[in-house]
Amino acid sequence: QDTQEKEKTIPPERAEEAKLKAKYPNLGQKPGGSDFLRKRLQKGQKYFDSGDYNMAKAKVKNKQLPSAGPDKNLVTGDHIPTPQDLPQRKSSLVTSKLAG
Amino acid sequence: ADIISTVEFNYSGDLLATGDKGGRVVIFQREQENKSRPFSRGEYNVYSTFQSHEPEFDYLKSLEIEEKINKIRWLPQQNAAHFLLSTNDKTIKLWKISERDKRAEGYNLKDEDGRLRDPVRIKELRVPTLKPMDLMVEASPRRIFANAHTYHINSISVNSDYATYLSADDLRINLWHLEITNRSFNIVDIKPANMEELTEVITAAEFHPQQCNVFVYSSSKGTIRLCDMRSSALCDRHSKFFEEPEDPSSRSFFSEIISSISDVKFSHNGRYMMTRDYLSVKVWDLNMENRPVETYQVHEYLRSKLCSLYENDCIFDKFECCWNGLDSTIMTGSYNNFFRMFDRNTRRDTTLEASRESSKSRAILKPRKVCTGGKRKKDEISVDSLDFNKKILHTAWHPTENLIAVAATNNLYLFQDKVN
Repeated sequence: QDTQEKEKTIPPERAEEAKLKAKYPNLGQKPGGSDFLRKRLQKGQKYFDSGDYNMAKAKVKNKQLPSAGPDKNLVTGDHIPTPQDLPQRKSSLVTSKLAG
Repeated sequence: ADIISTVEFNYSGDLLATGDKGGRVVIFQREQENKSRPFSRGEYNVYSTFQSHEPEFDYLKSLEIEEKINKIRWLPQQNAAHFLLSTNDKTIKLWKISERDKRAEGYNLKDEDGRLRDPVRIKELRVPTLKPMDLMVEASPRRIFANAHTYHINSISVNSDYATYLSADDLRINLWHLEITNRSFNIVDIKPANMEELTEVITAAEFHPQQCNVFVYSSSKGTIRLCDMRSSALCDRHSKFFEEPEDPSSRSFFSEIISSISDVKFSHNGRYMMTRDYLSVKVWDLNMENRPVETYQVHEYLRSKLCSLYENDCIFDKFECCWNGLDSTIMTGSYNNFFRMFDRNTRRDTTLEASRESSKSRAILKPRKVCTGGKRKKDEISVDSLDFNKKILHTAWHPTENLIAVAATNNLYLFQDKVN
C-alpha cells in the first residue's frame, strides 16, 4: 500500500527508467540516440576474414579448428568462422528488433 | 506458413495481397456474390502465390539481404491485368498478375504436346483456334528497381499520377518512374556528413492521395515533414514540419524511443494524416503543424512496463495503422492478438481479438478489455497475462466496405460488419 502511494507521485515512465538504470548502470548517456540508430543501419552485416581463416587453418593443420558454439550466428572474438558457420541461403533471418 | 509482414487491399478491394518473411506474396480474390444467397458476402480465396524475393548476400559489403517483403502497394487497374509493387530491404519489383483462360490449339508446326511435326507430313494449313482451359493465374516480374538504396527500405508509395512512385530507406527517399529501372532521383537525403552526428532516421513515407507534388515522411524522433516537389528538386527543406511539443518534465530515457513513428497514412480525403507511435495513434490536420487534432491511446497501460518491454525488444515493434473508407474510423494493432478501433465521431473505442479460439466462422467478435489495476473483472485480462509474442503489426481496411484484414503472426483473419 505504501509503495503504491509513493509511485503515484512518480510518473510511471520515470519509475521504469529508474528500474532500467538500476539493472544496467552503464546504459548510454544519450537516450535513444545514436546507438540504436547505428545498430539499425548495420542490420545484416556479417564478418568473415578469409586471411584469418586460412592462417588459422595452416597453423592448426592436425588439430580441429575451434568450432562455433551453440549460437552459430554469433561470430566474434577469438573464434575464426568457417565457411560452414556462415549461413548459406537461409529461409529467414532472425535479428534483434534493435536492428530495425 | 510464414510470418506475414505486409497486408494490402487493391483499389477496388476485390484483391488482398499479403507478403511474408520468406519472400512470398499470396493474393486473395473476393468471390462474386452468389445470387441464390443474396445476403452472403463474397469470401476471399487464394488467387495467386509467387516467390517475389529471394535471400541475397552482398559480397562487397558483407551484407546479408533478407527476402522478407516489407511493403506491397497496388497500382490502380488499367487493363485486365493487375500490377503491384513489392519490396524487401533493397530491391523493389513490379509484378504483373494476369489470367489465362484460353489456349490455342491446332498449330501447324507442332503437336498438342509441343513436339515439332515433321514438315513432310504437313499436307494442309489450318488456323489455330482458341479453346477454353482451366483458369491459370500467372505472376511475372515486369520491372526490377535495384541498387538505389544503401540503407533498408521501409516504405514505397505510388503517386496519384500513376506514373511515379517513391521508395524510402532510413536516410534517403528516391523517386522512380514505373517504366524506368536504371535511374531514380534522390529527393530527400538526411545522411549527415559525419555519421557520428546521426540523430534521427526516416521511418515511413507516403505520397498525398490527390496532390502528386506532395509527400510526407516521418522520423524516429516523432516528427513529420511534408515536402513539395514543386518548390525544389531536392526536398531536404520541408514545406511543413509537424511536431507535438513535449512536456520537458515528463522526459525519460524512453521518451524518444516511444515517440518514434512507425507508420504514417494520409486520410482518403487528403485533409488529414495519421501517425502511429509506440503507445498512441494521432490524427493531424495538414493545416496545423504544432499539434495533432486527435490522439488515441492504444495501450497506455504499457507505460508502466517500459523497462521489460525494452529488455525484450518489444519497445521497438513497428505497428501500422489504417483508415476506413470514409475516414471515420481508424484501426491499429496491439499485443495478445488484440487490435483496436477508434470511431472519430463518437469517440468510442473497441478492442477485439484475432485468434482461433475467439472467432469461429460467422460468430460475432466479443469486445475485449485489459484490466489496468485493482480488481480484475471476469473476462478481463490483466496486463501481466498479455502475450507479447502475439503482436498485430499489420492490418488493412477494405476501401469501401466494413471489411478488415488482420495479420496475426502467420495467420490472416478477415472480419466484416454483421449483416443486419
